[in-house]
Amino acid sequence: MSAIVEIQGIEKKYPGVVANHNVNLAIKKGEIHAIIGENGAGKSTLMKILYGMVMPDSGTILVDGKKVIFKSPQDSIALGIGMVHQHFMLADNASVLENVILGSEPTSFGGVIQVDAARAKLIEITKNYGLDINPDQLVAELGVGERQRVEIAKVLYRGAQILILDEPTAVLVPQEVDELFRNLKDLTSHGLTIIFISHKLDEVLSIADDISVMRAGTTVASVIPSKTNKKELAELMVGRELPKRREVSTKPGLEKILEIKDATYVTPDHREILHGVSLEVHSGEILGVAGVEGNGQSELIEMIMGLVKASSGNVSIMGHDISDSSSREIRDSGVGYIPQDRQRDGLLMSAPLWENRILGHQATAPMANGFWLNKAAAKKDSERIVVDLDVRTPSINVMAAALSGGNQQKFIVGREMADKPSLLIAAQPTRGVDVGAQALIWNQLIEARLAGMAILLISADLDELFNLSDRLAVISGGKIVAVLDPDKTTPEQLGLAMTGEKIA
Amino acid sequence: MKSRIFWGIVAPVAAIVTSLLLISGILLLKHTSPVDILKAMIDYGFSPRNIVAELNIASGYYIAGVAAAIGFKMMLFNIGIDGQYRLAVFFAAVVGGLFTLPPVLHVTLIILVGAIVGGLWGSIAGYLKVKRGISEVISNIMLNAIAAGLVAYLLQPTRLGEQAEGSNNLNTPIIAPSGQLPTIPFLGGQIHGFIIFTVFIGLAYWVLLNKSTFGFNLRATGLSFKAARAGGVNAPKMIFVTMALSGAIAGLTGMGTLLSETHSYSISFPSGYALTGLALALLGRNHPVGIAFAAYFWAFLDRSAGVLDLNGVPKEIITIMQGTIVLSIVVAYEIVKRINKQQEQKLVGSASATLKVSATTEGEASA
Repeated sequence: MSAIVEIQGIEKKYPGVVANHNVNLAIKKGEIHAIIGENGAGKSTLMKILYGMVMPDSGTILVDGKKVIFKSPQDSIALGIGMVHQHFMLADNASVLENVILGSEPTSFGGVIQVDAARAKLIEITKNYGLDINPDQLVAELGVGERQRVEIAKVLYRGAQILILDEPTAVLVPQEVDELFRNLKDLTSHGLTIIFISHKLDEVLSIADDISVMRAGTTVASVIPSKTNKKELAELMVGRELPKRREVSTKPGLEKILEIKDATYVTPDHREILHGVSLEVHSGEILGVAGVEGNGQSELIEMIMGLVKASSGNVSIMGHDISDSSSREIRDSGVGYIPQDRQRDGLLMSAPLWENRILGHQATAPMANGFWLNKAAAKKDSERIVVDLDVRTPSINVMAAALSGGNQQKFIVGREMADKPSLLIAAQPTRGVDVGAQALIWNQLIEARLAGMAILLISADLDELFNLSDRLAVISGGKIVAVLDPDKTTPEQLGLAMTGEKIA
Repeated sequence: MKSRIFWGIVAPVAAIVTSLLLISGILLLKHTSPVDILKAMIDYGFSPRNIVAELNIASGYYIAGVAAAIGFKMMLFNIGIDGQYRLAVFFAAVVGGLFTLPPVLHVTLIILVGAIVGGLWGSIAGYLKVKRGISEVISNIMLNAIAAGLVAYLLQPTRLGEQAEGSNNLNTPIIAPSGQLPTIPFLGGQIHGFIIFTVFIGLAYWVLLNKSTFGFNLRATGLSFKAARAGGVNAPKMIFVTMALSGAIAGLTGMGTLLSETHSYSISFPSGYALTGLALALLGRNHPVGIAFAAYFWAFLDRSAGVLDLNGVPKEIITIMQGTIVLSIVVAYEIVKRINKQQEQKLVGSASATLKVSATTEGEASA
């Protein structure tokens, strides 16, 4: 079978970064082709190129054997390529049908929308491909899985023959994943082609017909699921043997640093996000929190940091109840915080690095001297961080935005550890950073733990969790469903626990 | 990388040159020599009498500019400066006219009333934004209209105002000499004593914003609400406080005229300070020195426009010029920002490339 999409020698540079380099890919008609790679391996850039959102610097794209140049998504849609984004782009207060036709409404003479024709077409699509959605339902009433089906229907409505799905399972619960996979199989049986981007190996192995692995901006391998296994894929992705679980000789201390008792969080619109969560982190201990994203981790972090208030239960740090404390007071009581979204929550992107050193520490010495800022101290400590954590920057006066993600993250880690906090909340500390930066950050965390810091590590990276944690708490559906000993748990058992199943 | 100060000056100069070229084009179409007109404006605008007048006008403009700038630092568009200023100067005049106090105390009271009334009026928009998510632009525009109506209502002779015999002008009672600020003789004219406070306001603005933790919290919230919040800043409170502070400064805009010149509020007090203030903050790039130059330049244009009619050129051409300057400055700053960013990324790129060779080989060989 010949390739329906062929990508040859694609190269894309951003200033200072090579996002894609010598990328080669051949996708056959009617297959599910998975593209896997670590965060930052260049998958998203490649998909943006294929969807016409970004133009490559060089290289060729062939569709059906013909060379094409995509200047905008309109060009790629015209050739039957559609994209289902990771973050849904739907209008809540419009119906499914309205959302599907939005932007390509069939109109009769005079601009009147032919609603009936559109509905008929949508119903035909949903029937043909087994997509279970009701055209007249309001999108606001839909669950995540249904919303995703609307997104898929939207793309099919525009006549897509090749669907790009960007990390489609990141937001889904296991049953929804199964349903999605059934839908995808249905689509390929009708001759459609699916490009499936993921970094979840199990999923890829179970659904893909072909797997391409990307690493550091380039395609490094193409494998068939039946002839490979998880370990081999992971090593292809990371480019080396997986790190062995470290041997830690010291036992965690006994002093309770963080204690969460029966905490519940209900959003203002009455969604219960956390149910009766209880956790303890001791001095010299790393407690890993594992879970599928969106199971209450963000709210748990925000609750500890005082950014949202627990609806019931309480949080104490070193014996002091901080449930009603402000974020400022919590930080000043000796808590460091590495936020999961560094660019949104961790940095002032258009402020120089040394000013970013002050962020979060602007109320206490040495960054502040009463009412006044201590600029000299901020600059001095920024220089220290740049050296100690190997932050690659020409100076501490450049804007944070100019640095690469890994270097931004190293700077944040250095900042949050500068005051030797008793408790560190580390949320996805190495997400999207290169392998070198990851090793450095892991070392920092391990050293801090040995020095007695209590660390709450929230991560989606199982390697990271196994590598660093003394204990593993598993969060699912807003509940702590298990607390495991990483030495006596296999990744498979952890994976099961994360989906909410009991471990025998 | 050229210094930031260099680029900071290039942009406004480029904007002014652009608008001069445009105006010259218009003048040439009218068969008038741009050089002659420019010369006439400079001769007239820099006459001693006009320099004094320009300094007095610029002083008010400057305060409005600082009020706008502190809002800009928070990403707030304080278009309510007009209402804040009008209500503030009105109540300051009313309170000042009520009684006689020891001189320093009396003047201080009047200034305080201005700042407090302006601040309270500004804080309404701040409250609506923080608690109800209403854009400060919308609420401020409405508050401007309410302030104007309120002052007009209260200025009636039966209420807080007076009407001089045989005059159409309405004003508040004259403030006693103890509540008047002396003028400073300069070039044969009289400069408002309040200009000293104006300099102080600029200085305080700079120190507060750049040297204090309060200023850091303010700028951090303006740069990124979420990052500031995660950094322990009470970001909603900062928005509220900034809006109130901007209003308080705006409340001092008319003080020079009130304390040293008219000694009462009247319907002839100028309006339009909001747009001028915002334009000056843009032109001066929110920097106290930059705004000072911009304010004087604006006042110069206002005054020297007076000579245009004598030369057969409509003086509205100055309004066109001011408009073009504001438009071009936005473009010029954006260009400068991009140049700076590119230079910076190049530097960062080369810094990581050279360092990375020794550290890792992660696909950087081609970088």
